[in-house]
Amino acid sequence: MTINTKKVMKNAWRITKDRNLTCLRLRVPGGHLPVKLLPLIQEIAERFGNGEVHLTTRQGFEIPAIPFEHMKEINVLLVPFLEELEVNIGVLLEQPAQGYPAAGTRNVVACIGNKVCTNAVFDTTALAKDIEKIIYPNNPHVKIAVTGCPNDCVKVHMHDIGIIGQVEPLYDAQRCINCQACVKNCAKVSTGALSIVNYKVKRDASRCIGCGECVLKCPTGAWTRGGQYYRVVVMGRTGKKNPRLAAPFLEWAEREAVLRLCNNLYDYIDKHIDCSLPKEHVGYILDRTGYPVFREEMLKGVELGPKAKTANYLDFAGYTYDKKCLFD
Amino acid sequence: MGYRFTAAAFNQLLESLREKYRVYAPTLLKGKGKFSDTDLVGYAEISKIEDVVFNQKSYFSPKETFYPVTQRLFYFNENGFSESVVDEKGMIVFLRACDIQAVERLDKIMLENGPSADYYYERLRNKLKMIVMDCQESFDSCFCVSMGTNKTENYSASVRLENGVYLSDVKEDIEGLFAFHGETIEVSPKFVESNKQSVKVPENLVLESVAANPIWEEYGSRCIACGRCTVVCPSCSCYTMQDIFYDDNPKCGERRRVWASCQIDGFTDMAGGHSFRRNNGERMRFKVMHKIKDFKQRFGVHMCVGCGRCDNACPEYISLAHCIDRLGKEEAENRG
Repeated sequence: MTINTKKVMKNAWRITKDRNLTCLRLRVPGGHLPVKLLPLIQEIAERFGNGEVHLTTRQGFEIPAIPFEHMKEINVLLVPFLEELEVNIGVLLEQPAQGYPAAGTRNVVACIGNKVCTNAVFDTTALAKDIEKIIYPNNPHVKIAVTGCPNDCVKVHMHDIGIIGQVEPLYDAQRCINCQACVKNCAKVSTGALSIVNYKVKRDASRCIGCGECVLKCPTGAWTRGGQYYRVVVMGRTGKKNPRLAAPFLEWAEREAVLRLCNNLYDYIDKHIDCSLPKEHVGYILDRTGYPVFREEMLKGVELGPKAKTANYLDFAGYTYDKKCLFD
Repeated sequence: MGYRFTAAAFNQLLESLREKYRVYAPTLLKGKGKFSDTDLVGYAEISKIEDVVFNQKSYFSPKETFYPVTQRLFYFNENGFSESVVDEKGMIVFLRACDIQAVERLDKIMLENGPSADYYYERLRNKLKMIVMDCQESFDSCFCVSMGTNKTENYSASVRLENGVYLSDVKEDIEGLFAFHGETIEVSPKFVESNKQSVKVPENLVLESVAANPIWEEYGSRCIACGRCTVVCPSCSCYTMQDIFYDDNPKCGERRRVWASCQIDGFTDMAGGHSFRRNNGERMRFKVMHKIKDFKQRFGVHMCVGCGRCDNACPEYISLAHCIDRLGKEEAENRG
């Protein structure tokens, strides 16, 4: 058998431990799937695979145990899937009948967002789709995730770019009855940004993280929702050498700025990547260029908006897995 | 006298009324819902009849328009005090039959429940004119028919939207403007005659046996004492006083009156740290008994008007209607 493994993998098919079998990886940007596409997954798994499908950590599907010779035929079958989930949201695919044109840039994942969740401050799937439109197809190994609130259920802190919704709470003192539900709750579950002054609530903007808890707790509608903004955390990763949580890069950034930033990431990678490696993870590029270069290039041409702030430094929490120091 | 208005004619009427009145109605407040990207039907000043939401119940009741959440009563300094000034304009409020019945309940507490009327309530209440919005169909949580509050005669005018025109029955024409802008036609307001749910209010509740009922323990384990049920209630009237001394000059300040809630911590706090009804179930019992027993004992009508807003607002899905029914059933069983 002869196959070009690099082409196969770029086409979103895996090289697997079984020499004759591949595995198909399907993207679901934003993690929300019209169920009309499920029968197609079932059909491919039953006709070509082993009747099973794996639900990936990145909210996609992997259909295992497919003989390599069926790749071409299945790529054609996939057209409705790619039309619905990629082309219809504005992703440019030149030849949908040839399957996925790239696999390096991973599926953009999102928590369930304000379609369902009471905490989410915005529609996470909609933003994930807008990001997909900008970053796909692309080869660099990039992981982006979107979450509706600082609870970060989708674990954006393990991503190269993690986007966390923020809402600016608006306070109408006239409607406030001093029940203190917001103050007590903010101190308990959030950051203690609220206090009572003269029976009304004072918000310390330097502490407020825009979680929207005050709005949820307010019985009178004294707290309501203002603009939607985003905290952007960057360069989180798992991996062999130095797993770490993504560090806060921007806060109170506007939607357009976030999208532009995702675009700029690819220019930054292109400029600094170590081409001697088969692939280099962008986090390691940052380790080499340093934060000032990263910040300058990421923010090139970005209108941050009047409320946005940029981090003075990246405060990573992680560890270097130095076995000699740790265990010897 | 009945009148028919096109939208344009009604808007001219509103424009004329707005010279001397502020006109409040339930409107769609975009993005003002508790959850993100959700709206809220709440009271706001209107200038166009198209902005009035007829097909949904307002989340908050109309009481906030003439009985503000926060009301400055007077300002003081070391030499004396001066009364706050109220808006010169009158108020016209669009509201439902049950809401009008609730205004009558508020009047009883604020104007008739003591040796003198509540001055600060009265000075705004005297400015109020009510336009009843017909209820052509009952909303989900309504139980006005059970409470006998589904109809009213107490309004300046009625209004309903029917086949693209607005129909009003006018009992008290405001400055003759309805007659001036409208086209004469026979109109009688429409009120619902049945609700999707009905309750039977037990009329012989005895406090001691009600207090011993284990349902309050259950409700106490569910209720979070947030006070939403009282805040959205059109007949709840409790308030507290706040004296403020200005930061930059503590010799000056103001006294304001602010809504309070029997469900929220601090409501019964007394000197010495004593307080009653610490348990949420006890608080709910107190409220329910006021709504369907104590008020009627004093004033002859139930305080609850069956608008169902408390059911809609409760984040723990506690239903007052269901609670009343449970009390009724237990009473019947005990007697049987």
